[in-house]
Amino acid sequence: EIQQIVRETFHLVLKRDDNICNFLEGGSLIGGSDYKLIYRHYATLYFVFCVDSSESELGILDLIQVFVETLDKCFENVCELDLIFHMDKVHYILQEVVMGGMVLETNMNEIVAQIEAQNRLEKSEGGLSAAPARAVSAVKNINLPEIPRNINIGDLNIKVPNLSQFV
Amino acid sequence: MALKMVKGSIDRMFDKNLQDLVRGIRNHKEDEAKYISQCIDEIKQELKQDNIAVKANAVCKLTYLQMLGYDISWAAFNIIEVMSASKFTFKRIGYLAASQSFHEGTDVIMLTTNQIRKDLSSPSQYDTGVALTGLSCFVTPDLARDLANDIMTLMSHTKPYIRKKAVLIMYKVFLKYPESLRPAFPRLKEKLEDPDPGVQSAAVNVICELARRNPKNYLSLAPLFFKLMTSSTNNWVLIKIIKLFGALTPLEPRLGKKLIEPLTNLIHSTSAMSLLYECVNTVIAVLISLSSGMPNHSASIQLCVQKLRILIEDSDQNLKYLGLLAMSKILKTHPKSVQSHKDLILQCLDDKDESIRLRALDLLYGMVSKKNLMEIVKKLMTHVDKAEGTTYRDELLTKIIDICSQSNYQHITNFEWYISILVELTRLEGTRHGHLIAAQMLDVAIRVKAIRKFAVSQMSALLDNAHLVASSTQRNGICEVLYAAAWICGEFSEHLQEPQHTLEAMLRPKVTTLPGHIQAVYVQNVVKLYASILQQKEQVADMEEAQAVTQLMVDRLPQFVQSADLEVQERASCILQLVKHVQKLQAKAVPVAEEVSALFAGELNPVAPKAQKKVPVPEGLDLDAWINEPLSDSESEDEKPKAMFHEEEQRQAKHRLPEVDEEELARRREARKQEQANNPFYIKSSPSPQKRYQDAPGVEHIPVVQIDLSVPLKVPGLPLSDQYVRLEEERRHRQRLEKDKRRKKRRDKEKKGKRRHGSLPTESDEDIAPAQQVDIVTEEMPENALPSDEDDKDPNDPYRALDIDLDKPLADSEKLPVQKHRNSENAKSPEKEDVPVVEKKSKKPKKKEKKHKEKEREKEKKKEKERKKPSKHKKKHKKEKEERPKDKKRSRKKLPGSEEAPGEPMQNGALEEGPLPPMSSYSLLAENSYIKMTYGVQGSLQDSQVTVSIILENLSSSVLKSMELSVLDSLNTRMARPEGSSVHDGVPVPFQLPPGVSNEAQFVFTVQSIVMAQKLKGTLSFIAKDDEGATQEKLDFKLHFSCSSYLTTTPCYSDAFAKLLESGDLSMSSIRVDGISMSFQNLLTKICFHHHFSVVERVDSCASMYSRSIQGHHVCLLVKKGENSVSVDGKCSDATLLSNMLEEMKATLATC
Repeated sequence: EIQQIVRETFHLVLKRDDNICNFLEGGSLIGGSDYKLIYRHYATLYFVFCVDSSESELGILDLIQVFVETLDKCFENVCELDLIFHMDKVHYILQEVVMGGMVLETNMNEIVAQIEAQNRLEKSEGGLSAAPARAVSAVKNINLPEIPRNINIGDLNIKVPNLSQFV
Repeated sequence: MALKMVKGSIDRMFDKNLQDLVRGIRNHKEDEAKYISQCIDEIKQELKQDNIAVKANAVCKLTYLQMLGYDISWAAFNIIEVMSASKFTFKRIGYLAASQSFHEGTDVIMLTTNQIRKDLSSPSQYDTGVALTGLSCFVTPDLARDLANDIMTLMSHTKPYIRKKAVLIMYKVFLKYPESLRPAFPRLKEKLEDPDPGVQSAAVNVICELARRNPKNYLSLAPLFFKLMTSSTNNWVLIKIIKLFGALTPLEPRLGKKLIEPLTNLIHSTSAMSLLYECVNTVIAVLISLSSGMPNHSASIQLCVQKLRILIEDSDQNLKYLGLLAMSKILKTHPKSVQSHKDLILQCLDDKDESIRLRALDLLYGMVSKKNLMEIVKKLMTHVDKAEGTTYRDELLTKIIDICSQSNYQHITNFEWYISILVELTRLEGTRHGHLIAAQMLDVAIRVKAIRKFAVSQMSALLDNAHLVASSTQRNGICEVLYAAAWICGEFSEHLQEPQHTLEAMLRPKVTTLPGHIQAVYVQNVVKLYASILQQKEQVADMEEAQAVTQLMVDRLPQFVQSADLEVQERASCILQLVKHVQKLQAKAVPVAEEVSALFAGELNPVAPKAQKKVPVPEGLDLDAWINEPLSDSESEDEKPKAMFHEEEQRQAKHRLPEVDEEELARRREARKQEQANNPFYIKSSPSPQKRYQDAPGVEHIPVVQIDLSVPLKVPGLPLSDQYVRLEEERRHRQRLEKDKRRKKRRDKEKKGKRRHGSLPTESDEDIAPAQQVDIVTEEMPENALPSDEDDKDPNDPYRALDIDLDKPLADSEKLPVQKHRNSENAKSPEKEDVPVVEKKSKKPKKKEKKHKEKEREKEKKKEKERKKPSKHKKKHKKEKEERPKDKKRSRKKLPGSEEAPGEPMQNGALEEGPLPPMSSYSLLAENSYIKMTYGVQGSLQDSQVTVSIILENLSSSVLKSMELSVLDSLNTRMARPEGSSVHDGVPVPFQLPPGVSNEAQFVFTVQSIVMAQKLKGTLSFIAKDDEGATQEKLDFKLHFSCSSYLTTTPCYSDAFAKLLESGDLSMSSIRVDGISMSFQNLLTKICFHHHFSVVERVDSCASMYSRSIQGHHVCLLVKKGENSVSVDGKCSDATLLSNMLEEMKATLATC
């Protein structure tokens, strides 16, 4: 059912022009009129947040900006491939911004500092798998037109369930 | 060679990591499902391996697959395994997987309680952080209850990173376990003034979330927030606070007055649009709350509307949208100030953005008046034509209907216009709102009597053109309007111009392609129509025509009899028989019209939807009791009042059974009428069944309606609503001239004393009188209906449970369950039984309590009762807030550390036999007149560390602050100090203690060798400050680390246990203790609790137990119970540890 939500959300968002507003009224899809979809569009990426009325709409737009800039810092010039292949890291970063559906931290420097500290800790433990440096070869096999779709489905997935847990 | 093999196996193990999986999926686009199922099989293999790294990798991949929509609930247990890994890398993966895949139905979730508790108290802030993050996603009522206290403690953690997470997660805990709100609230409030902005914003966030649901309980915080608002510079916090004020002001208008000034200042000064917008929003809320009291805020309104206009005119669509949103709020109370911006809003209707158009539509809803309704609707109609995409068009359609029908059609001056609008709407293609239009048609036709004639003519045209409607939009619901059209034409057939024509239209073969329920209505109304045609024909004595109509019926009805729809079929065959009977009578030249029309005598009144519910049950009436004995069916049927058919029955009876006594009939009729009059459930139909249908369609009900024919009633063909707009203007002009005259006329009519049912439109509204003098029939309600509207509230709202008064001092019963001390508290004050009192006090019964939990509670209750008997001290229930914690702690003090009982009774399967004395792992550390310290030691599997939790309790009347704990490190044991401090520095305690308050601080020690018990000397220094001044005080203590405190409870399976014993590299030792009277079960529980063992297997009075030290020593025990002695054989990888361990155990057992 989450997949369904993500897919429909994606189609809703995708057909919207860039020059129209970034809010979508909540329908039955996301749990009623108290909820809104707020999204931002970066090149081939959409970042969609689903929030209830206790959040400020413009504030959430800023938050998305913070999130994206944080991603950018953590991945050093983030691109969709980073997000596809490092979904777990994206989750960890998101968890520093939003926790259990509530905004945790909005200060980007603080977020980046915490992420880096955790990465250092992980490194000191030897990481998950020290070996494979095959990521480079991955790039060749990618079918470019498909990219946005994949990312969006993935990306949305982490947000929609998280934030709708507000209920 | 060997190296190669190892390398190969490692390669295989890490054959696929997450990146490989993702890549693989992308390379297998065409057979993705197959590829993934292959991957899942691999993952299953990986999960079977012992290597935690492999497992973690597998779980990591599973998380990704879960995101793609695959079910991974089967791996829940493996996820927990990875969560309990000691390395942060793996732990993080485990928690991520859990947060994505666990939900309340996950049954293994209860196994995580202890793991999470351990992680929460971990010395590494990131372990704690990751546990908090994970918990926030899958917290259940059970977890919330068990962990609430641990999280509370973390709210005063030294690291702001932990503090802010702990604060934030409290909201989730409150939601799941509302009882925790009151005990936790003081600390939450404290965090509003935390020095760290992140923590502060988290606290604001939580309180705003809480207050949004139940604002009235948080009014007392308003001054605090006011201070924050004027001092804070963090826009996030400001926005939250301002939003909160928006929720509070409706409850406290005085607050609103205070707010206006700082808010307007902010509006003028801030450059952040988000803040500006929220300020405007809150000002609006304030104004709404004030609107009743003071009208003098027009300046503020002007300011808001002005700012909003700027927003709406902005090229940024987001601002435009929000501006419209806010505007609609103002509209509710100050419609005048918005109406002046009508131009702007109509302009927004042309916007390319659907969201904006929808918002603009909402605004229009509130802006219409009698004057502009037609104009606005006309505009909307043009949009309907232009609109692309059915959703938006449907939205427009519903909006048009909403706008027109709002508050009982208050704005409609010309119903003919409205009917033609509705008819025009039926030409929309592909709408899903056919039923809506149909409902409107029915409603208007029934309630606006003057319009019936016009409506009928329109509807018959519609029926005539049914093929247009039905064929173009077969599946899309617009054919629903035929339902309405058929009914209206049938019910008000006396207004039909050419009834026969309509009849034919309704009997066309094409009709059978319509949905069943519509056909059913067709069939029913064909008869009504037929009845009225018969009536007409017989009046002019045109028998041939009448027979022809009957023949038509007999010819055409069979097509309905063949319908697949049961309802249609049944009605059709019934009516067919009736018509055939009529035909026979007609053949004998018997006049039948009267009787056939009598079938449909009576007037339908609209009944309010809630009317039935509102009827109070009369006293003494038992609705469930049999009215008659169940068998006498026939009689009770007879009592059901069905006026329409009774009349018919009686008539028939007259014809066929002339022997029935006239008087008897009259008497029965009278009785029935009486009954009906007294029966509140009876929906009154037409008042006089004696009157005949054709000459009295509910005459008494209808005021004589003057149909003002200033507009030609018959518009040929399908009408265009535009014509009406023009006509209406002309009419209004004429009206103005005639006004005086007409007023006089009407007054005359009123003198005649006819009562009017509904709200007559008055001339006050901009002096526009309606075209038809309209009698809007209000919906009927039973006379003694209850006015309350309780039924609107949803009893299942999860937030209602959080509607808790926070200003009341804490009651004794309201404590967070502290797992380890729960029993000891209860022992001291037996009336304060945790469970029962909470149950009584809590306003809402707990939602879902698992059964076994209840059982456990019951056991506890039993125990408590048993304990209650001997100890007779009664406590005063009402205690001051301040006194309470002291009391709680004192109870702890009186417990010698040796008195013990099960900490986790469930886990060790104890509790079947006799009661256990309460126990606590906390023992007294030191005490003087100021302060008392109790402590407990917990080992953690990480880096040979132990955590010492010290509860500091202020016994004095002074405030204790600047507390510092310094410990003389030994070579073996060192206290972990913040970076950069020297060995001799103390560690500050992260809180202050007001009088009577206690709090818990945690300190971490690293230990080198754990085979021997250790003692450390230390000093607590602090400043005691009271009214007279401050004094520097200190308190010496000795920390005792027993060997047991280095053990951690680790479960072990019996086969692994057997392997361990067989391996032969364990040294052995044993002890024997005599004079033991305690039951074996309790004995085991004690060992488990105090020495951190877990039971591996138990056979009769013999049990094997296992534990592990923080440095990885295995300790195995075999405990045997004799008559009144116990022998313990131990095996351990370190002999010294074992013998010391057994010595400690001996001491414990000696007290049994």
